[in-house]
Amino acid sequence: MAKVTLEELRKLRENKKNEIHKRELEGKEIEIIVGMGTCGIAAGAKDALDAFLGQIDANGLKNVIVKQTGCMGFCNYEPTIEVRVPGMPATIYNRVNAEVARRIVAEHIIDKKLVSEYVFDKPSIDIINQK
Amino acid sequence: MGYRSYILVCGGTGCESSRADLIYQNLRKELEKQGLHEQVQVIKTGCFGFCEQGPIVKILPENSFYVQVKPEDAQELIAEHIVKGRQVERLLYNPEKDKNRAVTIKPSSEGIGFYQKQYRIVLRNCGFIDPEKIEEYIARDGYVALEKALFSMTPDQVIEELKISGLRGRGGAGFPTWMKWNFTKQATTSTTKYIVCNADEGDPGAYMDRSTLEGDPHSVLEAMTIAGYTVGAQMGYIYIRAEYPLAIERLKIAIKQAKEFGLLGEKILGSDFSFDIELRYGAGAFVCGEETALLTSLEGNRGTPKPRPPFPATNGLWNKPTVINNVETYANIPMIIMKGGAWFSSIGTATSKGTKVFALTGKIKNSGLIEVPMGITLREIVFDIGGGIIGGKKFKAAQSGGPSGGVITADVLDTPIDYENLQKLGSIMGSGGLIVMDEDDCMIDIAKYYLDFTVDESCGKCAPCRIGGKQLFGLLDKIAKGNGEMEDIQKMKDISLAMQKASLCQLGGTAPNPVMSTLKYFESEYLDHIQNKHCESGKCKDLLKFIINPEKCIGCTVCARKCPVNAISGEKKQPHLIDQAKCIKCGECYQACKFQAITRK
Repeated sequence: MAKVTLEELRKLRENKKNEIHKRELEGKEIEIIVGMGTCGIAAGAKDALDAFLGQIDANGLKNVIVKQTGCMGFCNYEPTIEVRVPGMPATIYNRVNAEVARRIVAEHIIDKKLVSEYVFDKPSIDIINQK
Repeated sequence: MGYRSYILVCGGTGCESSRADLIYQNLRKELEKQGLHEQVQVIKTGCFGFCEQGPIVKILPENSFYVQVKPEDAQELIAEHIVKGRQVERLLYNPEKDKNRAVTIKPSSEGIGFYQKQYRIVLRNCGFIDPEKIEEYIARDGYVALEKALFSMTPDQVIEELKISGLRGRGGAGFPTWMKWNFTKQATTSTTKYIVCNADEGDPGAYMDRSTLEGDPHSVLEAMTIAGYTVGAQMGYIYIRAEYPLAIERLKIAIKQAKEFGLLGEKILGSDFSFDIELRYGAGAFVCGEETALLTSLEGNRGTPKPRPPFPATNGLWNKPTVINNVETYANIPMIIMKGGAWFSSIGTATSKGTKVFALTGKIKNSGLIEVPMGITLREIVFDIGGGIIGGKKFKAAQSGGPSGGVITADVLDTPIDYENLQKLGSIMGSGGLIVMDEDDCMIDIAKYYLDFTVDESCGKCAPCRIGGKQLFGLLDKIAKGNGEMEDIQKMKDISLAMQKASLCQLGGTAPNPVMSTLKYFESEYLDHIQNKHCESGKCKDLLKFIINPEKCIGCTVCARKCPVNAISGEKKQPHLIDQAKCIKCGECYQACKFQAITRK
């Protein structure tokens, strides 16, 4: 590495900031939770996970956090994922392949519209709270 | 593509000695086996501070906080958490574990009481970045302050900002940092000036500076460079103990990287300013933490102090004007320059601004490294952050300031901690060691321990310290052995006063503090030792007597078999007897007796 100029240092800082920002948890309000049980992985949850991460990077979304969880219990409808966006009901999508994942990022997360044909349910916690 | 998960492994000395490095290696191996090494990044960070529960592994983005991890656990962590997305519950931190009941587990570090009341400025990057990668420091706004100082501030503006911030030296005495810098800047004795970092952390039980250097070495390099620009120095030295091999290693890497990037060396970032930093190793003498002794040692001589004035600010290293600050003081500076002095002065109390890092040790549940805002109470530190006393025993006192400090007692637990209040209580802020004591600790024993340390570490140059310390220790030893007389208390007070007034440096000047302070708050304990020849806590072995109650003893012979020196005699089913001349007062029989037949007096 040669000596950096002021400009180069600033540029490096910006680039690296994006990278390290992914480790931060503060200020990340939108959550995507991917069900990575054996059934989910067999059905292609990893492709979906990669697609989410790729799309989030590509769109420069900084307030989204992608988490993994175990089997959500809908083994027949894998891969299932849950999306939590503030101001919108928490939503579970089913049969999420890479293509659907890209749509979820574009429509649900960016445009704030549900991807209706893949909505599976609301998580049980919501239903309990409504009663 | 970016990583999907991050595994942070603690690389502090505490966790390293519990094989954290092997955990790191194993995690990487397992990831490669699973073909996930391009999706999951393993990072070795600085100290997380929660040393009691180490080694620590944190997995993001789930923010799972794994404690007491063993190298063998790597396989399960990868197979379960990373591949299947299931947290490994048995390794998650569970504060209720020792209460033996099932409770909801709070897996994330946000939910851990240990971190709730902390505010991290100095330790901002510890446990988050890889200290061996300059890019990670840069990404966390590293070297922004240097840029700002070099290109948009005059040296006077830097000093003004420090003045507004109210930053005071974190090495112990609390001298305003801006004044030190200003004296050196204005010094006309020479145009050659030096910047020195005091990393000769010597208090027993203190490791704040080591952890800072291990976890975030660049913050100190950046601050020293800013200091160089401000006072007009071209050369800086870090005086660090040779016993800190990991901190030295990380500093070496950091200096090399900073040079490669042109953040150290000729014409930094294309400006006209040049600055370089070198390491110098101390051989572990406590007195070398005193600034004049440190500079003498740095010059290649035996580390002994010099009378002040003249102060190092005008006549320091090789008699040139020298800024000398400790590690923690420097680590605050990049944040002050970047965020402004007003921001810093909004934290803390009227006279003490910002935060303080403490190494919390002793009879406390959560031993570890903490950073708290000035003005926090000792009660919050001990009970909220520290989790209280081990085994639910009673809090007796806490020692701040190491061998130069004094005890803080239970009735002042709610006093806000700052430089002035601690001084009023007869202790000092010190560099940040905080040792908690419970009802089983004897205050004479504590004072004796510290005196033993300072007598051992006295350089011998001046009589008050060399002779006074020895005499003081002798009196304490006499009292602890049961030979104390009433007049000894006055003698100790006289010697202490002489040492405080006449010692050449603060090693001798503060050495009587543990004695004075325990005498002040626990005089009755001294009197008990002298008049009744009795030590309540049982620490002073010469005053201790184990006696078998013949009415309770059934002659089971367990105690006799346990006794390592065969001091207990007696026939089977007959009451036993302890030969006091042979007894070494180890307490084995006392613990072994199932019939409470042995009393401890």
